[in-house]
Amino acid sequence: MPNDTRASLPAGPDPSLVERYRLLSGSHGTVRAGGAYTPAGGRLVAPAKRRGVSVRHLLGPKWRTARARSAQVEKGRGARFAVMGLIGLCFWAFAFGVLYKVLTYFRGVQEIGPLLAGKLLGLLLLSFVSILLLSNVITSLSSFFLARDLDLLVSAPVDWFAIYSAKLFETTLHSSWMVVLLAIPMLSAYGVAYDGGIGFPFIAIAAFLPFLVIPSVIGSAITLVLVNIFPARRTRDILSVITVLAGAGVVILFRLMRPEKLVRPEGFRSLVEFISVLRGPTSPALPSEWLQRTLMGWLTGHFDVLPLYLLWTTAAALVVLGALLHRSLYAIGFTKAQESAQQSVKSSGKQSLLAHLLTPLGIMRRELVLKDIRVFFRDTTQWSQLILLAVLVVVYVVNIKFLPLTGDGITFFIVNLIPFLNLGLAGFVLASIAARFLFPGVSLEGRSWWLLRSSPMSMRELLWSKFWVGTLPLLVLALTIVVVTNALLQVTPFMFAVSIGSITMLTFAIAGLAIGFGTLYPRFETENAAQIPTSFGGLMFMMTAVMVIGGVIFLEARPVYSYLSSRLYGSADSAFNAREMITGFGLATLLCLMATFVPLRLAERRLEALER
Amino acid sequence: MIELTQITKKYGSFTAVDAIDLFVPKGELFGFLGPNGAGKTTTLRMIAGILRPTAGTVKVAGYDLARDAIAAKARLGFIPDRPFIYEKLTGMEFLRFVAGLYSQDGARVEHRGRELLALFDLEEWRDELVESYSHGMRQKLIISSAFVHRPDVIVVDEPMVGLDPKAAKILKDLFREYTRRGHTIMMSTHTLEVAETLCDRIGIIQGGTMRACGSMDDLRRNAERGDEGLEEIFLRLTGENAARGLVEVLDA
Repeated sequence: MPNDTRASLPAGPDPSLVERYRLLSGSHGTVRAGGAYTPAGGRLVAPAKRRGVSVRHLLGPKWRTARARSAQVEKGRGARFAVMGLIGLCFWAFAFGVLYKVLTYFRGVQEIGPLLAGKLLGLLLLSFVSILLLSNVITSLSSFFLARDLDLLVSAPVDWFAIYSAKLFETTLHSSWMVVLLAIPMLSAYGVAYDGGIGFPFIAIAAFLPFLVIPSVIGSAITLVLVNIFPARRTRDILSVITVLAGAGVVILFRLMRPEKLVRPEGFRSLVEFISVLRGPTSPALPSEWLQRTLMGWLTGHFDVLPLYLLWTTAAALVVLGALLHRSLYAIGFTKAQESAQQSVKSSGKQSLLAHLLTPLGIMRRELVLKDIRVFFRDTTQWSQLILLAVLVVVYVVNIKFLPLTGDGITFFIVNLIPFLNLGLAGFVLASIAARFLFPGVSLEGRSWWLLRSSPMSMRELLWSKFWVGTLPLLVLALTIVVVTNALLQVTPFMFAVSIGSITMLTFAIAGLAIGFGTLYPRFETENAAQIPTSFGGLMFMMTAVMVIGGVIFLEARPVYSYLSSRLYGSADSAFNAREMITGFGLATLLCLMATFVPLRLAERRLEALER
Repeated sequence: MIELTQITKKYGSFTAVDAIDLFVPKGELFGFLGPNGAGKTTTLRMIAGILRPTAGTVKVAGYDLARDAIAAKARLGFIPDRPFIYEKLTGMEFLRFVAGLYSQDGARVEHRGRELLALFDLEEWRDELVESYSHGMRQKLIISSAFVHRPDVIVVDEPMVGLDPKAAKILKDLFREYTRRGHTIMMSTHTLEVAETLCDRIGIIQGGTMRACGSMDDLRRNAERGDEGLEEIFLRLTGENAARGLVEVLDA
């Protein structure tokens, strides 16, 4: 019977097979002392000796995934990385250059110079600690409680300490890489400006490692406690709000410290008081202070090993305490985090009104916009960021309000220049908001991609819908900020018009960049929307946005300067001014138009080619 | 209604689907069988417009998916094997959203949505967020969403996964009635009993190529086995031998 496979198929359960199943399940057979047993087939099968699973083994899949991802062949990947690398290098060069210039100036100031440099480093590191702590709290929730590999790890006979170590390592890595990237040009500038020598990089690395571990352990512990205290499932929501409130608190605290006092020594009663403020530690019990003392000690030739010792011992002690806490609370917390909660949503009058208002968009766009709005306001991890946004805006406006725009040396020129330069700040605030709210737009569609892709909706439609949903609120916010701050500054109608025009163009550009970069560097698999802006693509977006803002200011600076000069001295040639103004503002408009449309066009192409 | 011509999908040097030709006419329920990794899901996702074929053409309701994607997709409903949907929408909101993607709204959608949810025992859950749905409930919701805009063609990947016996029975009846009304369904499944009793024609794919295609009688004729069931024919055509080597594997 050629090609007949039927003969080899058993007609019913094979008796010998049934017997072997029994043996393997331990219900029958000869079991010897020591755990070995002889199945019916006569072969001796010794159960594998239980060995502890190493942290390296647990992290292996992550490492291999990252390696496989980097080896993936994809069209245009090389070009994307080249652009990314170039933007990154430009940013590093810019950060290094600015800081190096500042530090060189400080170095030339007798006595106070090193104190100012140390104070500046302390403040920068303090902001790093805050960022690291917040980032670790958010990341540890995902890595310790929501990650998809946890079911496998928790159900396997893996030692609790191995899970803790692997997840802590993962949390530290995910939350810290951005700070490390920012720290490289910063510490390089300090090392070069103060001739740190060949030993400085080693000291910097040795001191920076425990500096990263400390907030990671504390952040993970905070999350662990919260997951145990709050009702299951709500933990994530509560955590988001707490994290954002903490972030807001840090921003306000930083504002209350009034760092601007340091650059206005005349505000102090005497030089002695000023120096004593500079000499005094910003926060003696914080790791940022220890790191600052280690680094500045090395750079100024007064190296003291105590702060480095404090960093390492604190990190080690915290890891031990964190591990003990993990052993006591993790099992309960993990169980709680798996439970789901029912949440009813009845359609409200507000929703019907919104649906009615959006009717002119057409059914498809209206439903897409409504869906985005509903998902946004029902996801605490997303809307809670609005609190931080509100704080950012308030701090920004308050800063403008308290600017010392009267007194000696404050000229008409400065008063009019400040609103212009403030465009840059307002642009930066908008870029931060866009990174948080617009950038993740396409990534968040990842898991439902099958639905959008199989529906009769074009990718252009999807992108533009995302663009307008994000841009309109952003534009309202941008105009409010600029109008309020300009009113507070009592600027001239010319500067008012320049500000309004520029911020409108910048808003469109920033929104285009955010949607574009968010599509070009998507994070489809992420569990937490708050993590998307901290991805590499998010960083690229922020850098590009800063460059575009800088470019617009640079292009408009000359015509604005000429105009203000002509107003002040009445000597400039008005015909020349008009030509200069048209060129400057024309190029700025072109830059903004390119920043709006080019990323969206590239994003559209990428979405068309995307296969998931 | 579904026409595949020399459709091919390659991932680098690996050919997932190799020059498949297939025509599924109006009113037919076509079953697509094959072992794991045979190319079923890839084929269905190409028909749904999610993946682009490396070569060949896909036509849905007469529209070429490459040239007239919007018109083709407007006549199609897709049910994937992995039910990932918006967690923060309620069941009814999700159905409205899907209908909206097909430019449909109003009382007709509301009525249809309610009817579909009631059919799958989800009526009480219509105002609950999807995040609180079980796997089976999500699958029922996705099946409902494929019907909410009244497509001419439905492409289904593993529809029975996660469904309770009652829902599975409802779905089978729904599919039968839907094709009786002149619509077309192409369905992949591993449940051979479902394919045997439900499908008008069956295609068996392996290694990206179509090994056999036709009614149960055609398949039996081709396999030269007059009385065999689909399981035997499937195993013979795909060369699967479930029992071979089992003892060695368990002893290893």
